[in-house]
Amino acid sequence: MTYSKLASASAIVLAATTLSTKANAEDLTLCWAAWDPANALVELSKEFEAESGHTMNFEFVPWPNFADRMLNELNSGGKLCDLLIGDSQWIGGGAENGHYVQLNEFFDAESISMDDFAPATVYAYSTWPKGTPNYYALPAMGDANGWFYRKDWFEDPEIQAAYKEATGQDLREPESQKELLQIAQFFQGREIEGKTVYGAAIFTERGSEGITMGVTGALYPWGFKYENTPGSYDMEGAVNSPEAVEALEFYKEFYKTATPPGYTNSYMGESLDAFKSGQVAMAMNWFAFFPGLYADPSTGGDKIDFFVNPPQNQAGSTLGGQGISVVSYSDKQDAALEYIKWFAQPAVQAKWWELGGYSAHNSVLQDPGFVDSAPFAGDFLLAMNDVQDFWQEPAYAELLLAMQKRIHDYVVADQGTAQEALDLLIEDWTETFEDEGKL
Amino acid sequence: MSSFSVTEPSKRSKWVAGTLVITYALITMIPLVWILLTGFKSPADAISYPPKVVFDPTLEGYVNLFTTRTRQTQEFLDANPPQNWADDIVRQYDMVIVGPSKFGERFMNSVIIGFGSTFLSIFLGTLAAYAFSRFKVPLKDDLLFFILSTRMMPPVAVAIPIFLMFRNLGLSDTHLGMILLYTGVNISLAVWLLKGFIDEIPREYEEAALIDGYTRFQAFYKVVLPQAATGIASTAIFCLIFAWNEYAFAVLLTSATAQTAPPFIPTIIGVGGLDWPAVAAGATIFLIPVMVFTILMRKHLLRGITFGAVRK
Amino acid sequence: MSDRTVDRVAKATPVRVARKIRGLSDRAIAWIFISPTIFLLLAINIFPLIWTIQLSFTNFKANRIGREVKDVGFRNYERILTDSDTWLNMQATAHFLFWTIFFQVLIGFTLAWLLNKKFKGNDLWTTIIVLPMMLSPAVVGNFWKFLYQPQIGLFNYIVSWFSGKDPSSFEMLGSVQLAPWAIVIVDTWMWTPFVMLICLAGLRSIPDYIYEAAEVDRASKLRQFFTITIPMVLPFLMLAVLFRGIENFKMFDLVVQLTGGGPGSTTELTSINLKREAFEKWRTGYASAYAIILFVTVFGLASIYVKALNKVKQR
Repeated sequence: MTYSKLASASAIVLAATTLSTKANAEDLTLCWAAWDPANALVELSKEFEAESGHTMNFEFVPWPNFADRMLNELNSGGKLCDLLIGDSQWIGGGAENGHYVQLNEFFDAESISMDDFAPATVYAYSTWPKGTPNYYALPAMGDANGWFYRKDWFEDPEIQAAYKEATGQDLREPESQKELLQIAQFFQGREIEGKTVYGAAIFTERGSEGITMGVTGALYPWGFKYENTPGSYDMEGAVNSPEAVEALEFYKEFYKTATPPGYTNSYMGESLDAFKSGQVAMAMNWFAFFPGLYADPSTGGDKIDFFVNPPQNQAGSTLGGQGISVVSYSDKQDAALEYIKWFAQPAVQAKWWELGGYSAHNSVLQDPGFVDSAPFAGDFLLAMNDVQDFWQEPAYAELLLAMQKRIHDYVVADQGTAQEALDLLIEDWTETFEDEGKL
Repeated sequence: MSSFSVTEPSKRSKWVAGTLVITYALITMIPLVWILLTGFKSPADAISYPPKVVFDPTLEGYVNLFTTRTRQTQEFLDANPPQNWADDIVRQYDMVIVGPSKFGERFMNSVIIGFGSTFLSIFLGTLAAYAFSRFKVPLKDDLLFFILSTRMMPPVAVAIPIFLMFRNLGLSDTHLGMILLYTGVNISLAVWLLKGFIDEIPREYEEAALIDGYTRFQAFYKVVLPQAATGIASTAIFCLIFAWNEYAFAVLLTSATAQTAPPFIPTIIGVGGLDWPAVAAGATIFLIPVMVFTILMRKHLLRGITFGAVRK
Repeated sequence: MSDRTVDRVAKATPVRVARKIRGLSDRAIAWIFISPTIFLLLAINIFPLIWTIQLSFTNFKANRIGREVKDVGFRNYERILTDSDTWLNMQATAHFLFWTIFFQVLIGFTLAWLLNKKFKGNDLWTTIIVLPMMLSPAVVGNFWKFLYQPQIGLFNYIVSWFSGKDPSSFEMLGSVQLAPWAIVIVDTWMWTPFVMLICLAGLRSIPDYIYEAAEVDRASKLRQFFTITIPMVLPFLMLAVLFRGIENFKMFDLVVQLTGGGPGSTTELTSINLKREAFEKWRTGYASAYAIILFVTVFGLASIYVKALNKVKQR
C-alpha cells in the first residue's frame, strides 16, 4: 500500500485548503471497530479534514466488545458517535429504534444514487425493512468470510507428495467443504520446518458472534435457510433441515479434528495470530484483514494465497461488512452528512480501496483493473455474489446470542446432538419472535 | 513473655510454620511477578514456549500502551528518521507513532472518579457516622442494617434501573454519574467503618468541649474530626480501592468519556490479538498504587474488609 | 426532614451557620447529618430496586423505546423458573460457591494458624499474602487468562513440569471438565487471604489464660485444638464464610474475564447470564425478574445463615 503517496497528496491538499477557512468547523467523532481497515480510514479521512475544515476523532473498539459497547451507547442515547460504521445486523434495530438518521432525502438532495453501489451491499448494509428503498446507511465496507493458506507449504513438492499418498488427490485450493476438511486434517499435527503445525483456524468464540459467523460458513453452502419462505418466520424444517444438521456435524468434526489445541474460544484475533505464527496451514477470516495479511513480512507475500469459502451443495459465504450511518442523537448531523457525501465520491472510494478498505462502489468494483489490483480482489467479487447474512431483525442480538449458546454448547462443550441443538435454537427463536409479535 | 510460657510455640514449630507460610506467599506472588515481567518483554518473548524467565528487557509494552502506531512503507520510514527512543522501538515493526493511546485518558478517569467518589463518601459518611455514634436516632439499628443490606445486591441487578435512570437524566457515560453511583455503593462501607472509629473516641472529650462553650458543630469539627483522622484516612483508602477496582458498573454504564481503566485494560489489542506486554504494562501501572496503599493500610485491613465487624 | 430551619441552614453563610446550629437540637443535627446518606441510598439502591420489581412484571425492552409496554403478570418469573437453563446456571453458581468457600476456609484457616505461631517476620508475610485480594479482579482475571494458555501459559507449564503432561494437552479455560475448576483456582488464589485475615483475628482473640488453664488440666494439644481453638474461631470463620458467600454469589468480573461463561455454558454463573439477558439481549423485563429472584435468594440464604451465626455466637 502506498501510504507515502497519500501522505504527499494530502500534504498538497492541506496546503491548498488552509487558505479557505471554513465557518463553524466541527469536531466529529466516528465510531468503528479497531482493526486494520480503521487505520486506513484514519488516513483517508485526513483529506476530508483538509477539505472541510472539520476535525475527525475516532473511537475504535476491539471486535469482541464492539457490539456490546456500541449498542449500549446507542441504547443509552449517547452522543459519543456522530458517525457510526455499525455492523450489518444492527440496521433493523438502528432504523426501528430511531438510532440512525434515514438518509433518503439527503441522498436525493445530494444526488447520491444507491444504484452506484453493489446491490448485495446496498441490500445488506443500507435497507430496512430489507430490500425496500429506505436507506439508513451508505455501504462503507464490503466484507465476507474467506480463507487464506500457506501457499509455500501447498507448493512444497514433499508435502504435495505426502498429500497425494495420503489421499490420492492433488493438493490444491479446496473446491468443496469436504475437501477443505480433508486438507486441514492432513496438516493437523504434521511436522513442517521442525514445528508441529495444525490444520486450520476457525471461529469458535462464545461471547459475541464468533462461532455463529464461523458455523454459517458451513451451513450456507449446505443449503441452510432461516425460513421456509422469506418473511414468514416459519423455521421448522428450514433451520433444522437434514442439510443443516449435516453441516453442523461437519463443523464440529472440523473443530475436533483439524484445529490447534486450545482453540475453544477464538475469533478474528486468534485466527490471525495462529496464521502469522506459522501454527496453521489455513485459516478463515474476514476479507478486511487480507491486505494486512498479504503485507505481513513473515507470512505474507509469496507465502500466502486466498480462496473463497468453498461450496458444498451450493455456493455460499457469510456476510460481513458495514454501512456508515449518522447517529440521530448527534448534535452535528450536518457535518456528519457532509462526511458521508465526501465519502461517496468515486475518487475517494478508489483511494479507499487502494488504502486497504473494501469499497462497495461500482466504479471501483467494475473497474477492469480491479481483479488484478490485489491477489484477493477476484475472490472478493466471487464471495460477494453469494453472500448471506444473519437475521437483521431489531431483535437480532437475542437471536444471535441464542445461536451462540446452542452452537457452542454442541460444538465445543459436547452437549447433545446437532439435531437437538438446532431444535432448541428454533424454540429460542420462536420465543423471541413471539415476544416481538411476529409469530 | 517468659520462655517457659505454655502458649509460646516451640522454636521448631515456629520454623515449620514460617517455612510453610513463606512457601505459600512465594507461590501466590508468581502471577503478580509474571505480570511485572511480561510488561518488560517483547511480544515474541511473551508468547514463547517454554515461557521465558530470562529475557532481554524492553520498554515495548509500555510504548505500545501509551501510543497508537501505524505501519508505514519503507520509503516513508527512510524519509522520516526516528524522533526519539520510543519511535526507535516501534521502527523494528515498520511502524511510526502517530499519537497517544486512550490509556492515559482512561487512567485519568479512574483517578477522577475514584477520588471524587471517595471524597463524597467520606464527607457524607463521616456526618452520618457521627450522628449514629453520638445521637439517639429512632430505628437506629434498622437504618444501619438497611445501609449494610444495600451491599448485598448484585451490581448487575441494580444496573438495569440505574441504566434507565442515567439515560433519562443524561448521566450515562459521565464522570458525575459514576461518582454518584460509586458513592452510593461505598457509603455503606464508609458509614459502618467510620461509626466504629468514632465509637472509639471517648465522649468525654466532646463533653468537655461543650462545657467550654463550643457548639455541637464546633465540637464535631474541632475535637472529633482530628481524633478520627486515622480512621477517616483508612476508610478513604478502602473507598478509593473499591472505586478503583470496580468493573461491572463501569463496563455496563460507560463507553468512552467516563470509562475507567479496568474495562479498558483487558481490551488493549496489538496487531493481531491481545498485546500481552502492553496489557501487562497497563496492569502493572494500575495495580502498583493499590499495592502501596495496601502496605500502608496493613494495620486496618481487617476492619476495612469486614465492614468493621472484626476489629483487632 | 425538610423543615424550614434545615433549608435555611443549608443556604446560610458560615458565620450564620454557627449561630443557627447553636440553636438546633441534637435531633435536628442528627437528621441533617444522616439524611443525605439515606437520600443517596434511596436514590441509588431502593428506588432502583422498586423500579426493578415493577419492570419484572412487564415485557419492557430498554432498547425499544417506542414499543408498547405490556403487563405480563408473573409470566417472566414462570419462564425463568421453568427454564432448565436457569437451573444449570444455578448449579454452576453452587459449584463455584461451594468449592471456593471450601478451599478458602481450609487454606485460609491453616495459614492463619501457622501465622499465629508468631514466627519472625510474620507481619511482613501477612501483608504479602494479602496483596492479591486488594487488586482489581477484572485486570487480574484477564491476566490469569494468559497464564492458562495451553501452549504458552505459565500455569500449564508449571503443571506439566510437575506432572510430566504435555502443557498443550489440557485446556484450563476451554475444557468442559476443567473450566469450572479454573475459576475456582483463581478465586481461591485471590480470596484465601480474606478468610485468613479473619481467622487470624479470631485466633488472636483467644486469651492465653484459657490455654494455660487447659495445660494445667493436662489436656493434650490436639484436644486443646478441638475444644478451645476451633469453637473460639468458629464465629469468625462463619463471618468470613458469609462475606465470601455473598460476594461470590454476586461474582461477575473475574469470571467474565476468565471464561465469559464458556465453554458452552459451563461456567455461566447467574450474574453472567443476567448480564446477557439485560445488556446484550435487552430483555429488560425478563432480566428484572431474574434480578429479583437472585436478590431474594441471596437475601434469604444470608438471613438464615445470620440466624445460625448468632446461635453460634451465643453459645
